[in-house]
Amino acid sequence: MRSDVLIIGAGGAGLVAALSAHEAGAKVRVLTKEYPTRSQTCMAQGGINAALGNVEEDSVASHIQDTLKSAHGIAEERAVKLLCESAPYAVAWLDSIGVCFSRTKDAKIAQRKLGGAYAARACYAQDYTGLKILHTLYDRCVAAGIEILNERYLLNFITHTPQNADAYVGGATVLNSRTGEVETYESASVIIATGGYSRIYDKHSTNSTRSTGDGIAAGLRAGARVSDMEFIQFHPTALKNSSILISESARGSGGYLVNSKGERFTNELAPRDEVARAIHAEMQKGEEVYLDIRHLGEAFIDEELPQERKLAKLYENVDPVYDLVPIKPVAHYTMGGLEVNKHSQTKVRGLFAVGECANHKVHGANRLGGNSLLELVVFGREAGKNAALYAKDFDKEIDASTFTQSAQNFILGVKHFTNQIDFYEKRSFIGNIFYNNAGVIRDDMGLKAVLGAIRQIQREIPFMGPKDKSKVYNTNLIEFIEFGNMVELSEIILVSAISRNESRGAHYRSDIPQENDIAYKAHTIAWKEEGVLCADFME
Amino acid sequence: MKIKIARYTSEPEVTQALLEYEVEMEDATLLAVLNEIKTKIDASLSFSSGCRSSVCGSCSMRVNGKEVLACGYKVQEGDLIEPLQNAPLVRDLIVEMDKALSLNAKAKAWQSSLSKNQLLSQEDEKRNELQSDCILCGSCYSACPVYAVNEEFLGPFALTRVWKYVSDAREANASEKIETIQTNGVWDCTLCDGCTIVCPQGISSKADIEKLRSKSVMQGYSDPSFSNSFGGGFSMDGSPSF
Repeated sequence: MRSDVLIIGAGGAGLVAALSAHEAGAKVRVLTKEYPTRSQTCMAQGGINAALGNVEEDSVASHIQDTLKSAHGIAEERAVKLLCESAPYAVAWLDSIGVCFSRTKDAKIAQRKLGGAYAARACYAQDYTGLKILHTLYDRCVAAGIEILNERYLLNFITHTPQNADAYVGGATVLNSRTGEVETYESASVIIATGGYSRIYDKHSTNSTRSTGDGIAAGLRAGARVSDMEFIQFHPTALKNSSILISESARGSGGYLVNSKGERFTNELAPRDEVARAIHAEMQKGEEVYLDIRHLGEAFIDEELPQERKLAKLYENVDPVYDLVPIKPVAHYTMGGLEVNKHSQTKVRGLFAVGECANHKVHGANRLGGNSLLELVVFGREAGKNAALYAKDFDKEIDASTFTQSAQNFILGVKHFTNQIDFYEKRSFIGNIFYNNAGVIRDDMGLKAVLGAIRQIQREIPFMGPKDKSKVYNTNLIEFIEFGNMVELSEIILVSAISRNESRGAHYRSDIPQENDIAYKAHTIAWKEEGVLCADFME
Repeated sequence: MKIKIARYTSEPEVTQALLEYEVEMEDATLLAVLNEIKTKIDASLSFSSGCRSSVCGSCSMRVNGKEVLACGYKVQEGDLIEPLQNAPLVRDLIVEMDKALSLNAKAKAWQSSLSKNQLLSQEDEKRNELQSDCILCGSCYSACPVYAVNEEFLGPFALTRVWKYVSDAREANASEKIETIQTNGVWDCTLCDGCTIVCPQGISSKADIEKLRSKSVMQGYSDPSFSNSFGGGFSMDGSPSF
């Protein structure tokens, strides 16, 4: 049965959008390639920003100012204002549905300081903030009786282009992982909430293995545009060997960064792009870099950072209470994404996007810690409401049959790829060259070399393919399609990074280390025309 | 090192086998070993994974009969890897969680109504901090002997979730929650503690169920099996009952 609002992705953004569309009276259906509580949102640790001033003086104006400063001129003031002004209400709403935030002695929501923030602004729940928010949102969706279908992997969006009019969306085709069958879900509107693309960096990323940018790639194929794809945030402190995230709150609470000689070398509480570069520079000198939180004491660490202690012990065999923790910066968050207007709508009518997969232009060139959980609540509500509103007036025909047929052909066809080249090897190869040449520091030569390699891999894709040809829960097949999506996005990241001949925020060009406002205080826009990649800058 | 993995497929026909794999890895998590096998040795090996840091609950499975998260367990020589129990097996180490998750809805594991601007002390917060760490990995359902024989039993994580909300100062209608868990709920648990032993987050659903029982008694409910047998002797028709 056709839904009014179809949501792809059941992380924080998808679930907030679902609740909001449901509240607006829409018939909502949510599809996820995993289960809702397994989404990337559960990994957010640090907190959610709101200028509540619960532990020290703060103001919405400072929140706006900090966010704009960190964004290096390419955030949209209107969007940032909405984000920060809505923040106290967003947190109050999360509190009202039962999120178990940590508390202050005077029974208010506890707040702590993260990098680039003027005050202790991040509301948190130990270092499980994302986990607790995500699960509470899920409980809310269960209470509302919202239909959530698990283990459906997005293939393509159904679109229709009438003569002399813009394209509109009519649903999506997905692969049911459990049956191996293609399923078609018709809907008056669709919200993409599929998360970011940090896994292009493969093992050099803090993210879940499922952060493969599926929704962005499918959106592009459907005619949507993307923007600012070259801006990828490197989190300064991931465990050295496993890339497991150690929250910024460790530094916010007074943790130090030290080199092999035990010397501090940077302001630990600068925005992430600056700290990541400082660490990178130390490592280039041959230094090891460590996070030192020993002086915070066992009681504090167990109360505020219990997860970090567990993970450092498991993955690095070090106990942060007594030992230095070896770290390195790795890909953590992708600022770029589907280009949306102020109604969260992409260029395709009825196709909305929200969360990390969308670019609401609140993070600009560098996101502040604590602003992404906030974004998914504030803009999740907007996207849900707007999609429901759009669906109310939707009176068009949807003919999905050709899309269903081509999705079925695609699944059958992919299994006939020749398999002479191992895509898992290529996946880890891309991760390595991206980390080394399109990472914390880039330059023209290095980026062009990676682009050459990616174009070669694009030509080789028909010689790859899944080894496993079965239907039921074929993870080899799904990982191959995810790989294809990442390759598609890789090209755009590189073309955008090569075009941006300046350094700004997370995009740092060692060959051109200055910001150039005259030429590049603008958004990089990319889209596909007849399968060909086009790119331009736009204010 | 060598490990054994229980393989299962339903196509073209149901086939089960215990296959041995050898990998050159030391001090590695089970998830890292499974990834090594999948990407280098056998691409058809099927398992779920996500965050690698024990918060998403995707990679729960059994090692030598005990439930673990593959990302949080260091592999030992000769380990036997099997899927979770008490859930429909889909393929290899992947089981379907829909049924267990549907019990959250049946148990009404949510806050009854919005609660605005309520102050919560640190003491209030600590009351259900641990319960709100649950990642729904399903290990507890796999280890639960009651759920194994009664699939209508609400089960460990759903009841822990109910306690999370019942014990929350923001919950305005705890009595309705308590009413919901009287049938196939708190009284069906045998307090065997199997769920506690396997929980990767250190949650004890058994302890939560005991707390829910106390709340139930305070609200006038009682253990149905206990009240039936209490006094024993003779039933309505006069025949002896035991």
